[in-house]
Amino acid sequence: MARVVVDVMLKPEILDPQGQAVQRALPRLGFEGVTEVRQGKRFELEVAEPLDEVALARVREMAETFLANTVIEDFTVRVEEPVQRETAGGQGAGAPA
Amino acid sequence: MSGGLGRIGVVTFPGSLDDRDARRAIRAAGGEAVALWHRDRELHGVDAVVLPGGFSYGDYLRCGAIARFSPIMESVLTGARTGMPVLGICNGFQVLCESHLLPGALTRNDHLHFVCRDQRLRIENAETSWTTDYTAGQEITVPVKNIDGGYVADERTLDALEAEGRVVARYLDWNPNGSRRDIAGITNQTGNVVGLMPHAEHAVDALTGPTTDGLGVFTSALRTLVGSS
Repeated sequence: MARVVVDVMLKPEILDPQGQAVQRALPRLGFEGVTEVRQGKRFELEVAEPLDEVALARVREMAETFLANTVIEDFTVRVEEPVQRETAGGQGAGAPA
Repeated sequence: MSGGLGRIGVVTFPGSLDDRDARRAIRAAGGEAVALWHRDRELHGVDAVVLPGGFSYGDYLRCGAIARFSPIMESVLTGARTGMPVLGICNGFQVLCESHLLPGALTRNDHLHFVCRDQRLRIENAETSWTTDYTAGQEITVPVKNIDGGYVADERTLDALEAEGRVVARYLDWNPNGSRRDIAGITNQTGNVVGLMPHAEHAVDALTGPTTDGLGVFTSALRTLVGSS
């Protein structure tokens, strides 16, 4: 299995009231200095090997027709390298104290 | 296909809420209401279709994004492209935008709150399949209830909608969701497909609605059907 990550973000010109609400909450929680927050979606797809150009093209098609609404959203598709995945798993066990 | 009464189908998706009220409104307008099921591919000979309000598929992914791929939507899309009157109310409007039958999209209300109130509207286009029983400029009051009702489209699309008279209804007094240019409803180029965020089907009976102003949406469609048969 290979992991493909699709990130979906509202286009820059589309108002993101949820991101704005997060940004406004930050100072109240003691987190200063964040001037803007944009909120998006991340999809992690486990895709059967081989992950060739044909398979990636299908993922892009999936992102364009379904995962994102390209009227209001942009998306990126990237393959997560297996090495990175193991590292990420290790970090998930708990941050160093 | 129609015998006497106009037959208007109402699609029920998992999570639809207002399908019963839509059917009731159709009957109140003098039509025959036909319940349609999202997994069915058949439209069972109906002359028009309503996609009702609610939270189809729990609004997962985006409102209307999953309902758009329901088996019945293939038949609805085919019908819509060949002139069948199709009305999407609230969640149904979202489904029509996700289906690209209507331009633009509906996004989270700018104030982030669910809104539920009686809303004054101005009918801007009284020539669509769903608005002929109104007059252009007529003001009506029907409930609006949504959290993802903010209509957005790029400036070029908005300008085109205005220029072609495709804004069907506009919010008056207060814009309840941040919709661009106070847009409450739009239509396609041929006027048979209409998306409306406010709930006309909840304003057909003085006992339960603020007015009976919404009835005209359904009588318009029935009149359109009689005229075309």
